[in-house]
Amino acid sequence: MGDHHHGPAKGLSRWLYTTNHKDIGTMYLWFSFAMFLLGGAFAMVIRAELFQPGMQLVEPGFFNQMTTLHGLVMVFGAIMPSFVGLANWLIPMMIGAPDMALPRMNNWSFWILPPAFLMLASTLLMEGGAPAFGWTFYAPLSTTYAPPSVTFFIFAIHILGVSSIMGSINIIATVMNMRAPGMTYMKMPLFVWTWLITAFLLVAVMPVLAGAVTMMLMDIHFGTSFFSAAGGGDPVLFQHIFWFFGHPEVYIIILPAFGVISQIIPAFSRKPLFGYASMVYATAGIAFLSFIVWAHHMYTVGMPVAGELFFMYATMLIAVPTGVKVFNWVTTMWRGAMTFETPMLFSIGFLVLFTIGGFTGLMLSIAPADFQYHDTYFVVAHFHYVMVAGAVFSMTAAVYFWLPKWTGRMYNETMGKVHFWVSFIGFNVTFFPQHFVGLAGMPRRIPDYALQFADFNMMSSIGAFIYGMSQLLFLYNVIAAIVSGEKVSDEKVWDGAEGLEWTLPSPAPYHTFETPPKLEEQPAY
Amino acid sequence: MLNARALAATALLPLAVNAQNQINMSTGISEAGAVITDLGAEIYGLHMLIFWICVAIGIGVFGVMLYSIYAHRKSKGVEPSQFHEHTGVEIAWTVVPFFILVLMAVPATSTLLEVYDNDDAEMSILVTGYQWKWKYEYLDADGENIAFFSNLATSQEQIYNTDTKGENYLLEVDEPLVIPVDTKVRFLITANDVIHSWWVPEIAVKRDAIPGFINEAWTRVLAEGVYRGQCTELCGAYHGFMPVEVHVVGQGEFNDWMAAKRGAAATDAALAATELPVDELMARGEDVYNASCLACHGANGEGGLGNAIAGSTIAMGGLDPHLNVIVNGVAGTAMQAFGAQLSDIDVAAVTTFQRNAFGNNTGDVVQASDVVSYKEG
Ligand code: HEC
Ligand SMILES: [Cu+2]
Repeated sequence: MGDHHHGPAKGLSRWLYTTNHKDIGTMYLWFSFAMFLLGGAFAMVIRAELFQPGMQLVEPGFFNQMTTLHGLVMVFGAIMPSFVGLANWLIPMMIGAPDMALPRMNNWSFWILPPAFLMLASTLLMEGGAPAFGWTFYAPLSTTYAPPSVTFFIFAIHILGVSSIMGSINIIATVMNMRAPGMTYMKMPLFVWTWLITAFLLVAVMPVLAGAVTMMLMDIHFGTSFFSAAGGGDPVLFQHIFWFFGHPEVYIIILPAFGVISQIIPAFSRKPLFGYASMVYATAGIAFLSFIVWAHHMYTVGMPVAGELFFMYATMLIAVPTGVKVFNWVTTMWRGAMTFETPMLFSIGFLVLFTIGGFTGLMLSIAPADFQYHDTYFVVAHFHYVMVAGAVFSMTAAVYFWLPKWTGRMYNETMGKVHFWVSFIGFNVTFFPQHFVGLAGMPRRIPDYALQFADFNMMSSIGAFIYGMSQLLFLYNVIAAIVSGEKVSDEKVWDGAEGLEWTLPSPAPYHTFETPPKLEEQPAY
Repeated sequence: MLNARALAATALLPLAVNAQNQINMSTGISEAGAVITDLGAEIYGLHMLIFWICVAIGIGVFGVMLYSIYAHRKSKGVEPSQFHEHTGVEIAWTVVPFFILVLMAVPATSTLLEVYDNDDAEMSILVTGYQWKWKYEYLDADGENIAFFSNLATSQEQIYNTDTKGENYLLEVDEPLVIPVDTKVRFLITANDVIHSWWVPEIAVKRDAIPGFINEAWTRVLAEGVYRGQCTELCGAYHGFMPVEVHVVGQGEFNDWMAAKRGAAATDAALAATELPVDELMARGEDVYNASCLACHGANGEGGLGNAIAGSTIAMGGLDPHLNVIVNGVAGTAMQAFGAQLSDIDVAAVTTFQRNAFGNNTGDVVQASDVVSYKEG
């Protein structure tokens, strides 16, 4: 690094004014972890109330506020920003760029997030309480029948959308323009590929979400009737718009996770990813399909049968590219020379549990069977298998994998392994029984339940407390590593790791690749 | 339960399965071994078919993975192979799953078409979701519909843990839906306020109840019995407290029940035309209060989600404001308009009750004719 380059400014202004992709990445990661704990705290309230039948701790209305905020905070506050943080840290280092293409916008897209979530959380203190209509906020429960705080919720969603769109534009601009010479598209690491495609999805659907909440705003305050049949509108229209955003949204969450796993499994198998090109095509295929399957969330709204059939067939098709991904990862492991450090453990955990979530997804795609599954705990189990064991496990794997590169210090491996096993067991104890109660007939989003669901619910709650506690271990491990972890001497850290980021010193210097790296020396992906 | 046991035996979870813990979808077969609905049994079969296909694929994928984890570890001193890309394999694992999907789609399509076959119904029932109860209206060719509300019957004491919970905790109602056995019943499903969803797992009917729109669903239940379900679309604070209870009875019993309902409606109409003595009004009012008002206003009129009735200035003040609250509700609060939900005689009775119970002692007697004239303004 040249002498004329200064390091970070000191104190608070470093973080407020920073345009450095590493600083911004760090802030995104810490912010999302804080939100993860907040959303987790809401989940603990839910599980505590559901520990036994009967109403014990909270009132039904407050329970609904908890489920709503849990979903919103986890999706928009924890998972999405965490992957944006990862993208910030890694994309420039992976493609050999000095920074993100639009560094000031980068600063802005982070800094509007905390106020948005502060506003969302403050609705808890407002008269009438926080939004209590579920994270899917179906009208008219979220319009005519909503508490006054819904207006703040709408504003918060708008800000989050703006942040996501700015972040995505930045990622697209960076990937398209700032790759080191010789890094063709088909040589980009899969994490970069999955994020590029995710960014396009975000730019396509966040405006749709903004449209939905704006129509709500109009209905609530300006006398329109988009979603009210009494005025000529249609409540189901809301669901179509919401899920046109919402379905791609779940792939927005899971595609970067796929990217992470596609980096980590080859590293610890010491073997190249089996089918790089087919992984890229599968990702693109999933992204395309994600736009034409939204109404599988709405099989029971009374669509015409032709519509049901179309959405059923299209949804089933997603199993094909998803299968390609899973087969690829397993084949990559085949005849490798594997070791099982914490990142690999979390990746294998991802692989097993995400595949189970994929199977239940396939079951849910079957429209006539979905009439029985829809809006039950079976769905809750399904999406926690793909969201928590999918996105969160892969995010955790990513932190363990790249933390030594980011900080130059190693986390405690034993503690990491304990974290994995406690999470893995806690997760399954929480969510596996939810398949059973769902199939047996327990609707989701209820604060109290019939007696035959009692045993499994108690088990779920115990698992949730275990899973929740294990995250504190993670927090401790990361902080301990940053403060006093053993210094890593090797640039590569992991002997099987491949990619430009591993050619940098550890910790990665504040500014990297001011002169583009020569790619010929790099292995082809 | 046989299938539940088979499922457990596949060791999805090494768990001692308690007999009362159902772990799988309703089979569509009653405990006595009779088919409840053909459609339910068919959907269950479809569900199990897909499940077993997933299990088979899972065994393959996880088997390969576990073997690999066991055999291809560095600690065993293996050298990593560097193989990658193989067009044949990649085409195979794209095409084979596709054909498996086609295999699933065939039975799924035929079942779905049956779900949508609403033709030739022998009777129609309009189901309307309210926050937080169901209204059932038997549509009659001569325009003499029978309608009633179906409220949660579980007591607040059970919900708030001061009384032991009964067997059908949260799944019991004051007035169940009654339908005749082996009759194709068409449900027309809608809602009055927000979206609800009407679901009875054992007869495999679930359809969203959407305000302003009417959805169709149907069933033909072959086994007499009591089938229970719940609202499955989040509909506000008491979403968890609006169960569905369906009694499927023989045609003869159904006719008797229908006749009794018509009789009761006729008696109500006749009563509404007469003056009732105070004690009768009070007794009837107490029943109405317990069924429709107690949840929010408390067993002793002490209030809760709703305001206190004991000592309420409205319940002890002028009659018109009191009737206004009950008949028209209070917009923007949980207090609904009961004018359309209760008969005039019931409104009169519950108003009388509120004006004289809980120490309110106004001595006022409200007759159905008062309610009629209030409604007519
Ligand atoms: C779902 C809950 C709920 C149910 C059920 C309910 N109410 Fe209410 N009720 C309320 C609420 C909330 C208010 C307060 C409305 C307001 O803010 O003015 C209220 C207010 C009232 C009042 C005015 C009391 C006062 O002093 O302000 C009367 C009278 C009343 N209800 C009668 C009834 C009757 C009669 C029934 C049954 C037929 C009934 N309510 C059922 C929730 C309920
Ligand atoms: Cu409901």
